[in-house]
Parts: sequence; C-alpha cells; structure tokens
Amino acid sequence: MSAAPPAVPTRFVRTAHVARKERAEGVARFLFFLMAAAMVVPLCAILGYLLWKAAPALHLGFLLDVPKKGMTEGGIWPAFVGTLYLVGMSLAVSAPVGVLAAVYLNEYSRDNAFTRAINLAVINLAGVPSIVHALFGLGAFVYAAKFGYSILSASLTLAIMTLPVIIASTREALASVPHSFREACWNVGASRWQTIQAVVLPNSISGILTGLILQVSRAAGETAPIMFTGAVFYKAVQRGDLFPYRLDEQCMALSMHLYTVATQVPNVQEAIPYATAVVLLGSVLLVNATAVTLRVWLRGRKRW
Amino acid sequence: MTAPAPSPRPQRSRLERLAEALLEGLIRLSGVSAIVFVLAIFFFVFREAAPVVFSRNFDLWKFLFSIEWYPTSASNVRYGTFALTVGSFAVTALAMAIAVPFGLGAAIYLSEFCGRRLRETLKIVIELLSAIPSVVWGFIALTVTSKLVVDATGAAVGVNVLNGGVVLALMSVPIIVSIGEDALKAVPDSYREAALALGATRWQVVYRVLLPAARNGLLAAVLLGVGRAVGETMAVLMATGHAVHIPGSLLDSVRTLTANIAAELGEAPVGSDHYRVLFLTGVLLFCITFAVNIIADLAIRGVRRRG
Repeated sequence: MSAAPPAVPTRFVRTAHVARKERAEGVARFLFFLMAAAMVVPLCAILGYLLWKAAPALHLGFLLDVPKKGMTEGGIWPAFVGTLYLVGMSLAVSAPVGVLAAVYLNEYSRDNAFTRAINLAVINLAGVPSIVHALFGLGAFVYAAKFGYSILSASLTLAIMTLPVIIASTREALASVPHSFREACWNVGASRWQTIQAVVLPNSISGILTGLILQVSRAAGETAPIMFTGAVFYKAVQRGDLFPYRLDEQCMALSMHLYTVATQVPNVQEAIPYATAVVLLGSVLLVNATAVTLRVWLRGRKRW
Repeated sequence: MTAPAPSPRPQRSRLERLAEALLEGLIRLSGVSAIVFVLAIFFFVFREAAPVVFSRNFDLWKFLFSIEWYPTSASNVRYGTFALTVGSFAVTALAMAIAVPFGLGAAIYLSEFCGRRLRETLKIVIELLSAIPSVVWGFIALTVTSKLVVDATGAAVGVNVLNGGVVLALMSVPIIVSIGEDALKAVPDSYREAALALGATRWQVVYRVLLPAARNGLLAAVLLGVGRAVGETMAVLMATGHAVHIPGSLLDSVRTLTANIAAELGEAPVGSDHYRVLFLTGVLLFCITFAVNIIADLAIRGVRRRG
C-alpha cells in the first residue's frame, strides 16, 4: 500500500459545505423573520398614527354627542347605537342558525357528497364579495320580501354574510370534544340529541362563544352590505338616546359614518374622521381581543 | 295512557320525544341553510339582472369585453365592463405580488423557525390584522398610504393602482399566512425528521421538503388571498380613485368591478338598465369568486387525501 487510509474524523468537522449551508440558514431565518415582522410594524404604525391624529376629538362627549352642522362637528352617537342595533339583530339571527348548522355538520352528517356540498357552500358563502351580499340583500330583503330599506333588511344581510364565521368556529369547538365523551354518553342509553345537549355543548360552550364574539366584530365593521339595505348618511337622534330606532327604519352605522365623513362631507373638522376610525377600530379590536383572551383562558383550563 | 314499557330503561314522554324530533329537524334545516343561502344569493342577484340579460339589444360579448362604460350617457348608453375587470385584475395582481412572498415567508417563519411563545403572539397579531374592517383600511389608504405614495413617486394623485395594491396586500396577508401555516403544519413531522436526520438545515428542509409537500395547501392559501382581494369593496373604493379606463401605469387611477357597484348603485334608478347591469356585474363577481373558491377547495382536499 502506497498511501495510508484517510483518517476517519472522530468528531464533527465544519467543512466549507457545512459553513455555506449554515450561512444560508442564517440568511433565510433572518429574511423570514423580516417578513413576519412586516406584518406587525404596519399594525402598530397605523394604530399609532390614527390615535395621534384622533387625539383632539377623543373624549366621552364625542361618543355621546350627535353630529352637528351638516356632520362637520359633534359626535357619533346615532352611528354608534345604529351599529349596536345592526350587530345585535344580525347576531340574533345568525347565532342559532350557525350553531345548529355546525351541530349538524359535526354531529349528524355523514361523509358523503351532500355534506361536501354543504362544506363547499359554507366556503363560498365566506368568499362571496361583500358587495354581492349587498346586492342580494337589496334584491331579496328590500324588494322581494318588501322589508324596505330598514334595520331588518340590513341586519339579515349581515347575518347571512357572517354565518360562515359562526359555523367554522363552532364546528372547531365541537370537534375538539373527544369522541370518547360521546361514546360514554351513548353507552348509558342517551339519544343523539341528549348526548349533544348534556355532553357536547357544555364542553364546547366557550369555543362557541368565541365564534359568536368574532361574528360581532365582523358584523360591526362591514360597510358595503348595509350601505344599500338600511344604513343612511344622517338621521336625527337625541343625544345619548339608547332606543332611537325602530326595526323598520333606516339607521346610521359607525362604518358607514366613517365612509361618509371621510369621503362625502366637505370641511369636516380634521380630527373627526380619525376619531370615528379609532372608535370603530377600537371596538372591533376590543371585541376580538376578548375572543382571543377567552380562547387562551379556555386552553389553559382544558382537562383532556 | 299506555302501560309502562317492560324495558328496564325508563321510557321518555311523548312530548319529550316530539321536542327532540323537532329539534333534530331544525338542526338538519340549519345544516342545509348554507346551500340554500348560496343558491338564494345567485337567484336574487340574477333575478334583478335578468330583464336586461334577456332583452334584445343586450350583447354579452360587449358587456364582458368592451371598455366603454358610459352608463349615464344621454345619447348612447354603453355598458362595457372590460376596463373594470382589468382594474380589478391589476389591483389584485399587484396586491398578490406583494402579499404572496410576504405571506408565505411569514407562514414559513411561524411554522418552522420561531418558538412557541413568539408564534402564539404573532398569530394574535395576524388575527387582529385580519379583524380590521375594510372601511378602516380604505380610510388609511385615503389618508396615510396615498400621501406616502405621492411622496415616494411624485404621482399627481395618491389614489391609484399602487395605493390600492399596497392596501389590498396588507389586507390579504393575514389569510395567506394563516392558511399557509395550516398547510405547512399538515406536512407530517416524519418528513422533517427524515430530512434533519440526513443533516439538512431547516432552510433546506423548507425548500427541499416542505414547499413541495405543502404545494397544494400553499396554492389554496394564495387563491383564498386572491378571492379576498378580488371581492374587496370599500377599501378599493376609497383607495384607487375613480377613473374607468385601462391603467397604463401603476400610478393611474382605476376603478374595480366591486368599487363600481358600490359607487353607482346608489345613483342608478331602481329598475333601470343601469341598475340591472350593476346586478349583472354582481353575477360576474359571484362567478369569479365561486370559481376561485372551488379551485382552492380542490387544492386543499388534494392535501388531505395524501396526508
């Protein structure tokens, strides 16, 4: 033998190849981190900027006051209450339908073509553009059902639009209840509905609540579906009046009001659109944060 | 009264059983409701559009491919939506060019590179980001980003394709991230372990193993982002200006299909041709998003079958 056999390294050697791939790893990690950070930065920047511009108008009086002088001054009370009406009504309709639909999909349906069709319909319902929901609401509720331009029409439109939110999160909540819970209940002779009522729903109630909360946040922010079905630019309302609207009347809404003061009304006091945006965004984010907190708390408490 | 059943199990009263049957009927009814609503949306929107579709002087080819949109012209009314379709397409394409790399990059970071705590925090941020109402995005586009666009490019007006694209990108990133992360999570850990055992770095695992394996799910994430961007109304209404023409550059104002409906529906007299054509535009939008969603669903289902 002319040459000695190459010595087998006894420990890991950092060859040029390894160094290269580690460098690539570092670069990739850093780039992906930047991309993730790129989501956080705009959120903070936008919130900060809106708050800063809105500061002069942000006080309790702004919330409780009514718009004055052709909406160039004053507050947002009628719009705020109108949003409460719309959200409340739409929740009252979509909560039972959505929860029951999720119960059907998770507890009753079999894995067949019909169930797939329902799933597809839920996905599509979530994907239909909001302006098409508006056209639907206009054609179906305002004209065909003769509800006219009213809170009723607008909130029914919102209810259908937000149904997928409730169905999806309720389903997830129901699916997270272990199957053995149901089997135990069936084994003591309970029927399907008794099992759902006594075991499945109580164990998933917080998840269902999270879904309802998300529906509220979604419904509160929508503009297009209510713009042509029941929301108006302006309606005279008493300061601080809690029950200014009837269900067959049109109402103002926070999202619509933001659109109006931002684009339609000349010479608005500068802080007013910003403050309106802050109130709308603040309410929506607050409601969402509640849902997040509820979910985190729930996860920490789960016993299985 | 019937005699008590001989079974050892106590029989429930008839009322109780009736109530249960009723409830189960209600549950089944609600289950079907989603299908009913989707069909109803198509039916009622199409019903308002139908008279104009079946009238003699309606030309589907012109509706889809003419760029002349003069709905209120006194002498010669023309309803061509092609410029609007191109407007929608331009804004969506730009938004996706920005949102897809960032969204997928963030999804990869979330699912493969970051620790549990940071992931939970980022997920909450994404959720909050996706909760911002579209009218607030529109307001931001109008007041903040349009000024930035003017400062950065020297454009005459800040409300243009670029502005709309940036805002739509910000709006569709959350959905791309969350669906994309789900797709990456759905790849079995054994794939990662096999690659790591061969000495691959995480980045090598990502682009050699995970990206090919999660291809369909990532495609679905992108498609759902596209669906969101195409269907977005208020934000583009406020962000892109109001010129109905084919944009020549990123700094031209455009109008999209959705924004056009929102801008003109209030002015079109109920029952007029203009009003009905706007509903027909709605049918067109419904069909576009329907197709996008079905393709996305097929892609996701492909993942599940293999997983």
